Amino acid sequence: MSNQPIVSLQSVTKTYFMGEVTLNALDEVSFDVHEGEYVAIMGPSGCGKSTLLNILGCLDRPTEGKYLLGGRDVSHFDDNALSEMRGSQLGFIFQSYNLIQQLDVLENIEVPLYYQGFNAGESRRMAKEIAARVGLGERLHHKPTELSGGQQQRVGIARALVNNPLVLLADEPTGNLDSSSGAEILTLFDELRSQKKTIIMVTHDPDIGQRSDRIIRLRDGRMEEDVRNVHA
Amino acid sequence: MSMPDPRALAGLFSFAKIRRAVSLGFKTLWQHRLRSFLTMLGIVFGVCSVIAMLAVGEGAGYEAQEQIRQLGSQNIILRSVKPSDTERITTTQSRVSSYGLTYADMTRIQDTIPSVTVLAPGRIIRNHVWNATQRVDAEIVGVTPWYTDVRTMNVVSGRFFSPVEMEGHSNVCVITAPVEKRLFPLSPSLGRNVRVGADYYKVIGVMEAESSVGTSQSGNNSATQGTNGGYAPRIYIPLSAAKSRFGETLMRRSSGTFEAERVELHEAVIQVARLEDVEETAQIINSILATEHKQKDYDMVVPLELLRQAERTKQIFNTVLGAIAAISLLVGGIGIMNIMLASVTERTREIGIRRALGAKKRDIVIQFLIETVILAGTGGVIGVIFGVIIPVLISHVAEMVTIVTPWAPALAFSISAFIGVVFGIYPATRAANMDPVEALRHE
Ligand SMILES: Nc1ncnc2c1ncn2[C@@H]1O[C@H](COP(=O)(O)OP(=O)(O)OP(=O)(O)O)[C@@H](O)[C@H]1O
Ligand SMILES: [Mg+2]
Repeated sequence: MSNQPIVSLQSVTKTYFMGEVTLNALDEVSFDVHEGEYVAIMGPSGCGKSTLLNILGCLDRPTEGKYLLGGRDVSHFDDNALSEMRGSQLGFIFQSYNLIQQLDVLENIEVPLYYQGFNAGESRRMAKEIAARVGLGERLHHKPTELSGGQQQRVGIARALVNNPLVLLADEPTGNLDSSSGAEILTLFDELRSQKKTIIMVTHDPDIGQRSDRIIRLRDGRMEEDVRNVHA
Repeated sequence: MSMPDPRALAGLFSFAKIRRAVSLGFKTLWQHRLRSFLTMLGIVFGVCSVIAMLAVGEGAGYEAQEQIRQLGSQNIILRSVKPSDTERITTTQSRVSSYGLTYADMTRIQDTIPSVTVLAPGRIIRNHVWNATQRVDAEIVGVTPWYTDVRTMNVVSGRFFSPVEMEGHSNVCVITAPVEKRLFPLSPSLGRNVRVGADYYKVIGVMEAESSVGTSQSGNNSATQGTNGGYAPRIYIPLSAAKSRFGETLMRRSSGTFEAERVELHEAVIQVARLEDVEETAQIINSILATEHKQKDYDMVVPLELLRQAERTKQIFNTVLGAIAAISLLVGGIGIMNIMLASVTERTREIGIRRALGAKKRDIVIQFLIETVILAGTGGVIGVIFGVIIPVLISHVAEMVTIVTPWAPALAFSISAFIGVVFGIYPATRAANMDPVEALRHE
C-alpha cells in the first residue's frame, strides 16, 4: 500500500505563452508523495509554488509530463473528470479561506458533499462530525463574516476534510493569520499528520517547514532541493 | 474508503440535488432582494399587461359576439329602411312615402328558397303605452306566434301568444321586463290591461328584454339605447292585431312637420335550416329583393357574418397584443440577462471556489440557470396575480366585461419561464466556462 505513491509527478512542465514570450513556471518537476507524508513546498515568490499546487489539485493541466493521482494518470483528463477528481480525491485549503459568504459554517462544509451527491441528512451529519473535530462545534450557524480568521480557516480545513480526500493541498494556510491563531492551525495540521493524512503545503515560513516530514524547494520553476526532516 | 460510491449516490439523489439547488437559488436571490425584485419587474409588467390586455380584448370580443349570437347565428334579419332623400321617389300627389318590406316579399322568399325554415315578419310602431297614468314610450312590435322560434326570449312569467290569438286579431300583448317595471311597478302585470291609443291589450306574458342590435325601427342602434341600458322597451302583440289596429299608414313627426309613411313590414327574421346555408341563402334573398325593390329600402343583417367579422377582428387584436407582449417580455428577459451577467462577474470567486470543491461545469450552469428561472418564474407568478386582479378592477371601474381565459395566465407564465431559460443560458455558460484558477485568483 505504501509502495504505491499517492502523488507522482513525472517531468511536469507548465509553460505560459504570452505572445512572443514563453515562461516555464514549472520546469521538469518530478517527485512522489506517499500516504501519510507531510510535504512543505517552499521557495521565493514567483518560483512556481502555486502553479505546482494547481496542477496537483487538478485545477490546471501540465503542458508536458505526467501526473498520477492515486495511481491514475490525470494529465489528460477532461474538465468533467478533473472536477470529479477534485471533488472526490482532493481537499483544498486556501490562504484567504475562500468560504462562500452567503452560506453558514455547516453549509460551507457541506459544499463538496453536495457536488458528490450526498443527500441532505447524511451530508449534514458528516459536516457536524468534521466541524466538531476541528473545534467548531459551537459556531455551526455563523456566517463567515461573523468568525475570526482562525475560525474561518478551521471551516476551510473542515471543508477540505469532509470528503475524506487522498491528499490535502494547502497554499499558505497561515499566511493571513496572526502568530497565535496561526500556531493553532499548525497544531491542527500536526494532528492530521498523526491521523496519517497526506498533506502538501505551500509555505514561506521556514519554521513551518521544519514541522513537516519533507521540504521541496523550488527556484524559477525547477526543483532545487528535496530534503527529509529528521524529527526529534 | 468506507464511504459508498459517490457516483452511484449522485444518480440516486439528482432530484434532491436540483431541489437543493433551487433552495440555494432562492437564498442567494433573497440576499439581494431589492436587486432581485427590480430585475423581476420587467417580467412582472410584461406578464401582467399581457393577461390584462388579453382579458379586456376577450371581454370586448365576448360582448360583441354575445350580442350578435342573441340575434341567432342561423338567422337572416331584414329591416325596412327609409330611403335617403336623394334616392326617394316622391309621389307628388301625396305626402305619403311608401317603402320597405312587403307581405309579397315574404311569400316569395318562403316559396322560392327551400332552406328557409321559419320566416317571422314584424311591424314596429312607436307609441305610448299606458297603464292608467303610468306611461312608457315603447316599440309596439307586431309579430307572429312563431317569433319565439327565431329569437331566444326568456319567459319571466306567462306565455307568448298562440296561433288562435293571431287568427282572432286578439288584443293580447307580451311585455318586456323594463316595460313591466315602468307600468306596473308595484303589482304583477299578468292579466292586467295596457292601453295604446284607444285600444286595450291584455298582458299574457312577460319576457326578458332582448338585445336591440339591428332590430330597432330607426335602424340606428344608439337611438334606442340610453335609459334602458341598450334595450328598447318593447311590447309584443299579434301581427294581425297590429295590422288591423294601426293600419299601414303611420304618422311620424320629423323635423317639426308631420309626415306619413306606408310600411307593410318593418322587419323579418328568417331562419335557415343549416348553418352552412346561411350565407348562400342571404345572397339569394338579396337578389330576390333587389329585383322587386327599385330603391334600396331594406337592409339585411346576417349575424353569422358579423360573428365571423368579430372573430377576425379579435384575431387581429390578439396578434397585435401578442407582438406587444413578446416585445415587453423580451425587454424583461434582457433586463434579467444583464443583471445575471453582472452577478456572474461579481461572484467569479465563488464560482472558482465551487469548481475547486468539485463542481462540474454543468453544476455551475444549473446553479445560475435556476436563479434566472426563479427570477423570471417569480416575476411571472406575480405578473399572473396582478394580471388576474387588474381586469377585475377594470370591469368594476370602467364597467367593461373582461374575461381571463385560463390559457392566458398559463401562456404568460410559461413564456416567462422560457425567457428565464433562454436569457439565463448565456450568463450561466459564461460562469461555467471560467477557468477555475483565474476565478480563484479574482479580486
Ligand atoms: N496565468 C499566468 N499567465 C502567465 N504567467 C503566469 C500565470 N500564472 C503564473 N504565472 C507566472 O508563473 C510564475 C509562477 O507563479 P506562481 O503563482 O506559481 O508563483 P508562487 O511561487 O506561488 O509565488 P508567491 O509565493 O508569490 O505566491 C510567475 O512568474 C508568474 O508570473
Ligand atoms: Mg503563490
